[in-house]
Formats: sequence, C-alpha cells, structure tokens
Amino acid sequence: MNEVHDKEYTTLSSERNAYLKGQKRTQRLIFAWQIGILLQFLFFWELFARMGIIDSFILSQPSRIASTFVSMAKYDLLLHVGVTVYETLVGFVLGVIIGTALAVVLWWSSFISKISEPYLVVLNSLPKIALGPVIIIIVGAGTEAIIFMALAISLIVTVLEMLNGFRHTNREYIRMASTFGATKGQIFLKVVFPYNISTLFNSLKINIGLSLVGVIAGEFLVSKAGLGYLIVYGGQVFKMDLVMASVIILAIVAALMYQGVVLLQKLAMRWYSH
Amino acid sequence: MNILEVKNIAQKYQAENGETIAIKDVSFSAEKGEFISIVGPSGCGKSTLLSIISGLLKPTAGEVFVNGSRVLEVTSHIGYMLQNDNLLDWRTIYKNVLFGLEIRNIKTPENVARAEDLLKKYGLYEFRNNYPSQLSGGMRQRAALIRTLAVNPDLLLLDEAFSALDYQTRLTVTDDVYGILKQEQVTTIMVTHDIPESISMSDRIIILTQRPAEIKEMMSIDFNMENRTPLSCRNNPNFSRYFNHIWKELSIYE
Ligand SMILES: Nc1ncnc2c1ncn2[C@@H]1O[C@H](COP(=O)(O)OP(=O)(O)OP(=O)(O)O)[C@@H](O)[C@H]1O
Ligand SMILES: [Mg+2]
Repeated sequence: MNEVHDKEYTTLSSERNAYLKGQKRTQRLIFAWQIGILLQFLFFWELFARMGIIDSFILSQPSRIASTFVSMAKYDLLLHVGVTVYETLVGFVLGVIIGTALAVVLWWSSFISKISEPYLVVLNSLPKIALGPVIIIIVGAGTEAIIFMALAISLIVTVLEMLNGFRHTNREYIRMASTFGATKGQIFLKVVFPYNISTLFNSLKINIGLSLVGVIAGEFLVSKAGLGYLIVYGGQVFKMDLVMASVIILAIVAALMYQGVVLLQKLAMRWYSH
Repeated sequence: MNILEVKNIAQKYQAENGETIAIKDVSFSAEKGEFISIVGPSGCGKSTLLSIISGLLKPTAGEVFVNGSRVLEVTSHIGYMLQNDNLLDWRTIYKNVLFGLEIRNIKTPENVARAEDLLKKYGLYEFRNNYPSQLSGGMRQRAALIRTLAVNPDLLLLDEAFSALDYQTRLTVTDDVYGILKQEQVTTIMVTHDIPESISMSDRIIILTQRPAEIKEMMSIDFNMENRTPLSCRNNPNFSRYFNHIWKELSIYE
C-alpha cells in the first residue's frame, strides 16, 4: 500500500528504467536456473539408469515414470486424484471451520480457555497418526476415517494459531471500540476478526498441507482409491514406476492446492482491502 | 446547568500483588462548552479518572453525572479519544469515521451526512477513500476526532490525544481541534503532560496531586482576548505567569 506505484508516473526516469530492467533480468536468470536444474536432474537420472549405474527397478527412471503416467492418465488417474483432493478439501474445510469456531470460544471465555490449556498442549504434541487404529475402530475403515485423520492433524494447530492471533489483536483498537460501547460480539466482528485475516490465511496455508498429510496417512491405512492408496499398492507389488509417478502427481496436487489458497488470500485481501 | 458532575470519585486497583490506590477523592463539575485540562505528575491517576468519567471503568466510590443522569456504563453522551488515533488500517478514512455510528447502530442517513459534513469542513473529504497509512499524523488525528464527534457527544474526553504528534504538527492540530470544538460547542476534558498546551486551550485547569490523586488546585485561565486561539494566546503576557505557577506546583513532585 505504501510503495510508489509505477502507473502513477507517466514517464519513468532513466534510472528507474534501468533498475526495472535489471530486476527483470535477474528474475529471468533465476527461473532459467530453476528449470535447468530440474532438466539436468532428469537427464542424469535417465542416463545413469540406462547405463545401469543405478538400479531402475528400485529407483525407477524418468521415461518409465512418463509412460506409467500416460497409461494411468488413460485409465483411472483422475479418479485417484479426485478422491485424494476431495478428502483433503473436506478435511481442510472442516478443520478451518471447527478450529476457528473453537478459537472463538476460547477467546471469548478466558475461563474455558484456562481449563482447556493442558489438554491443548498434550493434544498438540501428540503425533495424531498414532490415533489411526482408534479412528478406524470408531468411525469405520472408510472415507470417514481418512477425513477424520486429516481433521485430527490440522485441528489443534488451527485452534492454537487462531487463538494466538485473536489474543494479539492491538489492545488499543479494542479499547477504542469500547469507548463507543461496543459489545464483545461487535469487538470480535469489527476489530478482532478483520485484524486477523492474515493470521487466518497463514493458518490456511499450513492447514492445506497438514490435511494432505492426514489424508495420505489415512489412505495408507484404509482405502481403495486415492494417491496414498496407489503409493502403498505400488510399493506392495514392487511397481516403483507407479510409486514414483504417484509421488510426483501428489507433489503437483499439493502445490496446486497451496496456490489455490494463495489465490483465495489475494481475493479476500482485495475484498477486505488490507 | 452543569453538563458534568464528578462527585467524590475514588479508585483502588486490585491485583495479585496488592492494592493500588489511584484516586483518593476527586470532585469537580463542568459547564456546557467549557474546556478543562487536567494536569498532574505522571502515574497520578489522570487516565483512570477519564476512564471513570467515560463509564469504561467503575469507580470504587463516588458518582459521575452527565446531563443530570448517572454514568454507569459507556453512554452515547460521551466521546472518548485515546492517545493513539487507533484508525483501523483495513478501513478507509470514510469507513473509519463511521465506525462509532456502526457500533452504536445509529448509522442513519442524517448521521452519515453529518459525518460527511465534518469531513468536508475539516479538510479530509478528498482523502475519504484513502487508507490511514496514506495520511499524515495530523490528518489521522483529525480523522480520529471526527470519528469521535460523528456520534455527536455532549462531552468529549481527550487523553493525551496529541502527544503522538511532532511539535509543529501538534501546534497546528491543537489550533484546528480547538476551533472545531468551540464551533461544535462541545464540552471537553483534556488530560495532558504539556503545560503550555493546557494553558493555551483551557478555560480551567485542574492540577492533581501525586498518586493517590486529589485536586491540588483549580485554576481559571483568562486572557481577556476576543477570538482567542491556542496559538494567539501563547503571546499573551499572562501565559508565562500561568506557566510559572503550574510549573512550580508540579515541580514539587519531581
Ligand atoms: N488496570 C490497573 N490495575 C492496577 N493498577 C493500575 C491499573 N491501571 C493503572 N494502574 C495504576 O494506577 C495508577 C494511576 O494510573 P493512570 O494510568 O491513571 O495514571 P496517569 O496519571 O494517567 O499516568 P500517565 O501520566 O503515565 O499517563 C498508576 O500507579 C498505575 O500503575
Ligand atoms: Mg495516562
């Protein structure tokens, strides 16, 4: 908001032009290096596999991954990606909504918040994956268990993160609202929540990753479809091409979902005019 | 009739590590349109006194009346402006100015029009769609004042409202604000550390003792000037007389 926008100038000074050109050149160079490293990595991987220096049965090789990818794409790739994305999004949305709601309750009542403190600390440090068998027994070995796992992993983090943000709202802002006789609800809606929009999105960015971790862990345990299922299945039948292809697709899916949150943040920020 | 009556206010703060007596016994009153400053050694309970008058804080003893009715909670008769402008940085100036109206659920077309008038009158209307970070300190302070005045208070409380500004800006802003307040006929109680500022703006000055606060002296400020402004009265011969007096009263506590 504070920087000088270039469009405000009708003509740019020659120094500014040189500066901008230099910036652009650096950016292009960085991008070229990034692509270059990836291509070289793939090239040597393929080369060493063909020369027999590395065992392509265990470590696979780019050309075989590519052909696996093509045959998966013809067959049921979309189904598996769809299942994983669906489970992740459901777990993510539930985690955000329930987590934020709990954080609001804890912000509202310092009494409840003090009571729940030791529980939150313990739950936060507990590796949630250890709950896998318990979850399966309680909600059954199906999609529900996977979503539940995603929720379990992201929920407590959301609660703690949001609560921390709410508590660190500028006190003077709250005092200012009180001078107009604001109720606690008004203080929350008009000061605390808008103040924490960026906290919310930081927590969303962490959560989308955590939900995916939960979903893959869940799919390792119970599932008939999804990228986690493909990875486990490929490992069991020793089809490393399938495992590698799935991992790569998973990386792409994770990156796309993260970018989705970033895009959402940009829209929300514009709307809230931060 | 007195617009404000403060009767035998006392305040003790309770904390885990003990009790703090902030105010011992303070009583005074203010007439409509009057400008009263409160000065006193730091930590003597000035902010506490304002919070009590505003209704934000319940005193341990004593009563406050505004327009004859007792203040038990924050009421719409009182506007309270804190030290920082506290403009919300995600709202435009326009939306910031309407904040009080929103909170009090009185965002009627008439009140909005009044707020817009104040923006126009005090030179902020062109900046209404800007964000606080794009304004100078003086403009932000004016915006905060308009936010407080938009709810149409009968009594205005200022707690070191200008101390965040640099000296130059401060002189012009106090001149601006003084003009606004006299024009809108708002009764004002101002807490300040700045003795010249208190003399230049006030009709009366209340000097408090060290904590626990009592009223040490109540001074009437009179310059016998027409169209007195904070800047013009600084040149009046009485100014330094008042200054020396208050200085002496307060320096006992240094
Ligand atoms: N919430 C509180 N709990 C306990 N003690 C408090 C509280 N608020 C203020 N005090 C104490 O009461 C006394 C008066 O505080 P107050 O802020 O009213 O003084 P002040 O005159 O406004 O000070 P300053 O000149 O620094 O602005 C101080 O000793 C302060 O430490
Ligand atoms: Mg104070």
